[in-house]
Amino acid sequence: MSERTSFSEHALRIALPILLLGLGLAIWEAVVRIGNVPPFVLPAPSLILQTLIADWPLLSHSLLVTLTTTFEGFLLAAAGGIALAIVFNLSRLVEFSLYPYAVILQVTPIIAIAPLLLVYLPQHVAVLVCAWIVAFFPVLANTTLGLNSVDRNHADLFRLYRASRAQMLWRLKLPSATPYILGGLRIAGGLSLIGAVVAEIAAGSAGAGSGLAYRIAESGYRLNIPRMFAALLLLSVAGIVIFYLLALINYLALRRWHESALGAER
Amino acid sequence: MPPTTSSAPLVALRGIGKAFPNGTQALAGLDLEVREGEFVALLGPSGCGKSTALRVVAGLSTPSAGTVAWPAAAMTAPNGRHIGFVFQEPTLMPWANVFCNVLLPLSLAGVPANEAYPQVVSVLDRVGLLDFSYAYPRELSGGMRMRASIARALVAEPQLLLMDEPFAALDEITRFKLNDDLLAMWQALRTTVVFVTHSVFESVYLASRVVVMAARPGRMFTEIAIDAPYPRDDNFRTSADYADYCRRVSQALAQAIVAGGVP
Repeated sequence: MSERTSFSEHALRIALPILLLGLGLAIWEAVVRIGNVPPFVLPAPSLILQTLIADWPLLSHSLLVTLTTTFEGFLLAAAGGIALAIVFNLSRLVEFSLYPYAVILQVTPIIAIAPLLLVYLPQHVAVLVCAWIVAFFPVLANTTLGLNSVDRNHADLFRLYRASRAQMLWRLKLPSATPYILGGLRIAGGLSLIGAVVAEIAAGSAGAGSGLAYRIAESGYRLNIPRMFAALLLLSVAGIVIFYLLALINYLALRRWHESALGAER
Repeated sequence: MPPTTSSAPLVALRGIGKAFPNGTQALAGLDLEVREGEFVALLGPSGCGKSTALRVVAGLSTPSAGTVAWPAAAMTAPNGRHIGFVFQEPTLMPWANVFCNVLLPLSLAGVPANEAYPQVVSVLDRVGLLDFSYAYPRELSGGMRMRASIARALVAEPQLLLMDEPFAALDEITRFKLNDDLLAMWQALRTTVVFVTHSVFESVYLASRVVVMAARPGRMFTEIAIDAPYPRDDNFRTSADYADYCRRVSQALAQAIVAGGVP
């Protein structure tokens, strides 16, 4: 009985947003056609789709550029955030010295830092650094929280059995922190895409090898509104895919033991 | 027949005092000797420092006064491999299955797998969890989790097993079963047990000696030897002897509570 309820609930969760999307697109299409709205004011969904197909060689190349930056930024943020959190956990002195600067990096809007970075760094590196700066802090903060949230009885147990510092870290602290780390990575995934986009827009002028955000800016200058929408669509899809990929990793890693990944059934 | 006891105590606490930074005097002038093969129950009202005493013996807490001595030659220091500790909660690592949880003390000590695995299998068999080796802690019942926790404490064959109210959270049926199984393991392994509890009935059923503690500050109030022979079973639980011991221990506990002031 309850299984059927949950099944129909699942179906609704998927069907309703799709239904709403279809309805919205239909109204949009109708408004544009009936009102004869010119494409440079508001392109119809069908035109956006046509543009997406027609400009695919150009747009797919840009998508690849942006995704590469996002992925590299994400990896650097994950590695850097986790590594720095471990260093903080091992040494209070380092934590006290560096933490304020990590916060400053986080609270300063990336859009304000990006132009400066572009002055000093080659464009590709500057974009990467932006993606990294934005995505790095949630990983650092969450991992730090996780490493400090070790159950006190577990810590006693490891002390009782004379665990070395390395054993403490690898066998106790990091596994305990895994749910926190994965939570940080889920935030970082979306943020690294945002960081990459912000930096690309700030970079503005660029030749080949430019990402989706650059395409949006460029299409804006040229009043190629359908292409703007098409590029925006690709960015959204990329964001959604990143989000669900990380959610999947989260689920696979935690499903056997952590509250967050377990079903309601007990 | 009570187990044989050697002349030198396994561990001797002398004048143990423990003050916490907030000013609480958890223990003061605690003297306690545990001989090899004994089953000692520490009984007392909450706040009498019985858990603190156990942590001092385990080396998890440093006393602010007094000494902990290990006169028996085999144990010069409270080395991890010779002490097993069972916490109030099962304290299993939720990310690891039962087998890996029980393996932990051996793997931390660097025991090679081919030596450690048979030991883990044998201790899991002893606590009746062999079929659940690959289950994760949350897939087990409360009683089974505690069994896994006991298996982990026993896997390194400790000379001294310290247990801190291990069965307090379990229902009575499960607790009786675990009490019986614990006694059987204690006799089979010839280990020494110090068992903290706040249950008069549990302490009398299990222990060869009940140490009654008083609070404010935590200290030994009196001790009562339970001379009933092992193995003990339901016949003992329903005997007049058992009722008599329970009455004596209850009276001692009541006096200890008065001596310790309002709880």
